[in-house]
Amino acid sequence: MSAILSFDRVTYHYPGIEAPALDDISFEVQPGELCLLAGMSGQGKSTLLRATCGLVPHFHGGRFAGHVTLAGLNTREYGPARLGTVAGALFQDPETQLVTSSVRAELALSLESRGHSAAAVARGVEEVALALGIDALLDRSVHELSGGEQQRVALGAALAGRPPVILLDEPTSQLDPVAGDELIGLLRRLNQEWETTVLLAEHRLERCLSVADRVIALEAGRIACDGEPRTFLEWAARRAPALQTPGAKLFALAGLHPAPVGVRQARAILRAHDLLPEEARPQSSGSSVLASSAAGSSVLASGSAGTSARDPGLTQAHGHGSSPAETGGGSIAKALGRSRKSSAALRMRDVWHELRDGPAILRGINLSVEPGESVALMGRNGAGKSTLLRHAAGLLEPTRGRIERSGRVALMLQNPGDYFIHERVAEEASAEVLAEMRLAGLAERNPRDLSGGERQRLALAIVAGAALPISDLSPSVLALDEPTRGMDREAKAELAGELRRRADAGQAVVVATHDPEFAAACAARTVLLADGRVIADGPAGELLAGGWYFATETARILGGAGGALLPEQGAALLRAGRTLEAVA
Amino acid sequence: MLAANQFFYRRLASPLHAARAGVGAWWTLALTASALVLFHPLVLLALLVAVLGAGCAAGVGRALRRTMRTAAIVAVPIVAVNVLVSRQGLTVFARLGDLGPFGQGDLTLEAAAYGAVIALKVTLLIVVTTVAALAVDPDELLRGLRRLSFRSALTASLSTRMIPLLAADAQRLAEAQRTRPGGAPEGPRARVALLGAVIGGSLDRAMDVAATLELRGFAAARRPARRRRPWSRHDIAFACSAIAVLMLAVVGRLTGAASFQAYPLLHAPVNTGTIALCAALIATVLLPFADRRGIQP
Repeated sequence: MSAILSFDRVTYHYPGIEAPALDDISFEVQPGELCLLAGMSGQGKSTLLRATCGLVPHFHGGRFAGHVTLAGLNTREYGPARLGTVAGALFQDPETQLVTSSVRAELALSLESRGHSAAAVARGVEEVALALGIDALLDRSVHELSGGEQQRVALGAALAGRPPVILLDEPTSQLDPVAGDELIGLLRRLNQEWETTVLLAEHRLERCLSVADRVIALEAGRIACDGEPRTFLEWAARRAPALQTPGAKLFALAGLHPAPVGVRQARAILRAHDLLPEEARPQSSGSSVLASSAAGSSVLASGSAGTSARDPGLTQAHGHGSSPAETGGGSIAKALGRSRKSSAALRMRDVWHELRDGPAILRGINLSVEPGESVALMGRNGAGKSTLLRHAAGLLEPTRGRIERSGRVALMLQNPGDYFIHERVAEEASAEVLAEMRLAGLAERNPRDLSGGERQRLALAIVAGAALPISDLSPSVLALDEPTRGMDREAKAELAGELRRRADAGQAVVVATHDPEFAAACAARTVLLADGRVIADGPAGELLAGGWYFATETARILGGAGGALLPEQGAALLRAGRTLEAVA
Repeated sequence: MLAANQFFYRRLASPLHAARAGVGAWWTLALTASALVLFHPLVLLALLVAVLGAGCAAGVGRALRRTMRTAAIVAVPIVAVNVLVSRQGLTVFARLGDLGPFGQGDLTLEAAAYGAVIALKVTLLIVVTTVAALAVDPDELLRGLRRLSFRSALTASLSTRMIPLLAADAQRLAEAQRTRPGGAPEGPRARVALLGAVIGGSLDRAMDVAATLELRGFAAARRPARRRRPWSRHDIAFACSAIAVLMLAVVGRLTGAASFQAYPLLHAPVNTGTIALCAALIATVLLPFADRRGIQP
């Protein structure tokens, strides 16, 4: 079979940058393959996708060596306009990929610009809308769409001409877990039903590894691993633990083989070894699964959970080894007593936010956060998480209800770049805070030249305003809105560690996130919002262990048993189970 | 963002939104032309009432309220300046004495009336433009123009898309600055820095949009095919309304039913013809909104 995509010794340097973004890359992709691109930030995944569709070098410039051939077209000879007929592309930010005002016009644009007849355009629009389930949106304005809907429309626009190849660069980074899973399912369907070749770059590998035929891992612009998902997991366990999925990490820590590529396979292996723990039953409100589960208590009491086999993942940053879910006893106790205390760092009483001539975004929110408590706000896109945080910080005033704050509420919004208004890092925050955030060495750099993780830390330094320990200048509440968008696992681990450190020092931390793994790593309590209401509020070990979507991969593999959320906890649970079995 | 979004097209359930964009644009052009042709203040007022009524019937009344406030900010200075600078009227209602190089400061009723007519025309133009922006689909309109010049029309289309995006960017940046300890930095230097950040962000966004356009075939763009579709009842109604409005304006001008003279003495007769013209204009503008069949998006 002839390859639909081939890279032949491709090396590429962005203009003015000495280090190559792609370094002697060679590989082939067969028609109908679903190929996953893995790697930490800045290792060349996006550049590789841009080289595939011709944006590199035609749009970005720079030095290019080697040959990329896509569906028989050499990208040296054909530009993005021609290559776009055989490869649709979907990048991270859907807003910048919608160029007209209405959904119908958006879907029609690429067909019209390529001179299709009116009938072919109309048919193409209808077909792609039906295929992606966006036919009800056709006459809507793109301004009115949610993030998930915008992403679907952008995907529809990329697929309108039924290109044989689709390229996706972190398409789920802005989506809630439900919309993210839907998008991955959709890609699988396109791949299986239409034989569309998919090249997908993604940080949250656990979302898509089970649907991939093949994984290409990049390191410093070179291919470090190219093989089936299981081969990749074996390689990651040896060479790049930060790329391991939580399920693979769970198995590695528990001493089980082979590493599973998805929840179903993991459960099948555990069942075959008679290791699948009894699933957690719904707990009474406010009770801690970690405290009440026999298996869980033995794990925690033994002190083995999470302390014996740390990895560079979510629980290791800055030496703050234990996640709130592990050491949750104290925090959960705080959470349980929160409604009776008067010293809340933040208290919302019956807060409503109702738009004039529009819907209510928040509907009677009652929420209290104690000093030192860490809370994850979760929910679908449009559930009201960002609005709630804006109210907490005083950027919005409730239309009904009251908000009490014991001090300043520092809010870090979604895009860290929005905080940078100076030419030098040193001008953005005090030297003390920069040193605390490990940015002192970057003081003379332009903030816009920092990496994703560094930008996030600088934005945190700006809004926090003062270094620890807590002083009069410190905020009483640190609120973060989707801080992990586009971050790799290592950067997330660093951020989770920093947030735990601040919570330990007595600051209340509230994080709105779509990432259950991050929520489990940094929060002791989880609040689930839907349609502007709090629909669940309890210890993270309970809430994140008991769902399909708002649950960590470890919890889904173990069926919520023992309230284990992170691989370390799950591994300890499995080891304890095996020990008990051996004793029996 | 919400406030900014009120001033951009959204497909609503109204006869004007249901009409094809070309007809909607033609109808608003007819209203604009009438506002320019007519001078009688009562007739202009009738036309303004008709357009405001049409805006409400099209579901954009709330945005028009804001527009009227903006128009008032523009209209009041027009009247004031005309009263101060015009020396052609004879009915003096206030004397400011010798104003040096500006001569005698005699304020006349005629200058005030003429200023009011010009202000009324400007208000009408602003309101009609707002109705057009809110109720005529720019994509469909520009799609038609793409047959003439694909890239120019697409660039214009892109501009209409980018305005709300940039407004959202600006709001986001302002919010981020408000969340800094001590609030947003102040002073000229901080403002320049903030402006730099806004421009930098816009350029980043422009690069992403340009890359998307490249992949959608902008560089290889061909003239799009003509799209034929049957005329709906709303297309016909608004096309007829536009023709009737234009005819009424011309007839009013030619027959003297809308005759108006400001200088040297105010002459604005109100007769049966004038009243009939006002009623006819209101009816002609509003009648297409009476039929609400098949208007759901």
